[in-house]
Amino acid sequence: MKIILVIVSLIGLVLTLLPSFLVFANAISWDTYLLLMNVGTIMWFVSAPFWMEKKDEA
Amino acid sequence: MKSKRGNVLVKKLDEINEFERTPVPPSKLKGAGSFWGMYAGEHTAGTEFVIGPLFVAHGVSAFDLVTGLLIGNLLAVLSWTFITGPIATRARITLYYFLEKIAGKKVTLLYNLVNALMFCGLAGAMIAVSATAIGIPFNLPMPSLNDFFPNSIGWIVAVIVVGAVTTAVAMFGYSVVAKFGKFAAPWMPLVFIASAVAVLPEIGVSSFSNFWEVAKERIWNGVPLEGQSKFTIWHIIFFSWFCNLAMHIGMADLSILRYAKKWYYGVTSSAGMFVGHYIAWLASGILYSLFLLESNNSLAFSPGQVAYRAAGIAGIACVIIAGWTTANPTIYRAGLALQAVMPKSKTWKVTMIIGAITTFAAFFPALVMRLLDFVSLYGLILMPMGAVIFTDFWLFPKLKLTQNYAEVRKIQFSWPVFLTWCITLLIAFLLPMEIYFKALPGWFIAIILYTVLSYFQQKVLVAKKEKEK
Repeated sequence: MKIILVIVSLIGLVLTLLPSFLVFANAISWDTYLLLMNVGTIMWFVSAPFWMEKKDEA
Repeated sequence: MKSKRGNVLVKKLDEINEFERTPVPPSKLKGAGSFWGMYAGEHTAGTEFVIGPLFVAHGVSAFDLVTGLLIGNLLAVLSWTFITGPIATRARITLYYFLEKIAGKKVTLLYNLVNALMFCGLAGAMIAVSATAIGIPFNLPMPSLNDFFPNSIGWIVAVIVVGAVTTAVAMFGYSVVAKFGKFAAPWMPLVFIASAVAVLPEIGVSSFSNFWEVAKERIWNGVPLEGQSKFTIWHIIFFSWFCNLAMHIGMADLSILRYAKKWYYGVTSSAGMFVGHYIAWLASGILYSLFLLESNNSLAFSPGQVAYRAAGIAGIACVIIAGWTTANPTIYRAGLALQAVMPKSKTWKVTMIIGAITTFAAFFPALVMRLLDFVSLYGLILMPMGAVIFTDFWLFPKLKLTQNYAEVRKIQFSWPVFLTWCITLLIAFLLPMEIYFKALPGWFIAIILYTVLSYFQQKVLVAKKEKEK
């Protein structure tokens, strides 16, 4: 379970950063960039607390 | 019920004040990994949304900024590594306990009070930054760069709302926010970087190869905005070196680095300096320059709007989270510092008082617009105590003066420390230079003053008393 949460978090971080380079390269639209960034943000915050919390407790 | 709540409070405070009056035992020492993460998280905060744009407003040139930040941040890392770290890992006690041993309880209380007031100013600036973000849906008129007083009732209402929520959370749910801040730490720098990269084409950067040309002409073009002073490379070097002066040369981070396994773990502060105080400052400057281009150099200053333009909802979230997660622990720490002055008061009551002062301070946009000056003042005021600790620890054994004199002689109020503090600040304020530069001569003045005054106290006065006997 933990490994799935970590993967979701990492994808969230990638979606937060990568679309900006794609919009810079004119590969995606501005609206798609904003959408992907928001999705990445949500993915990070709904998954990270669970595994980061457990890591701290350990 | 009352005693149960009291016990919980005492337990909470005990947890926070772990090893407050004893050296950290070897079993509790931490590896470098803990410090890399801690510094990276702590130094990417709400202030970064203000500092980067203010550099642009002060007309710094691209070369001066990039080079100045490199040198200044390196000097800050070296200060943590060679000034704070070696003392922290030899003594392994907090700044407050150190001060109590050297300066006595009363001077330490005074230090706590001043520290608390400074924390209020910092937290106030963060509340104001968050208010610029929550004002967006309501179309609030934003304060401008040269504003001192609040410019609308709407601004005051926004600040009250943010201030009240922040204070309430600091009073009752501090640990939740602290945890939330930790979760946000890896995400926040990415939002800074992403939003800056995304807006580059709109500023005129078509590929990374023409970035430098555009940066020189359109981002950091070297021309200050109306009413702003001109910044040079020296301003950038000294500001980036001394913006955390209270923490490194001022020794506040003794409380953190006393847990370090090795003396050189101060080098881990480079994670905070080169992510938060380099990349994030450059990124927020880029975002602000887009705002200036689109608004024809408008003097309105709203980090919330700037972030929303570049990163949408995620940008607003970043401003609010960055501001909130900085303001909350700051209010909480200020509360603890003030509680040391009023030990009989309950923590939540003291935190409420601090929250009210902080919210009132946030009404005044000058706190944000003059953040560079405020941060420099904050470091300068607390710096002499760091110089006192440095002198007492390293120089006194060589000069055959007694270390921790207040503890040895059971003195409550050390006049050499108090006079060193006051005279150093007086001389520093009188020095004919801008506030960013005063701390460097001030540090040497403090060392000389404390050495001379302590020599007089320990050698001349004691000899005189013994002669009289």
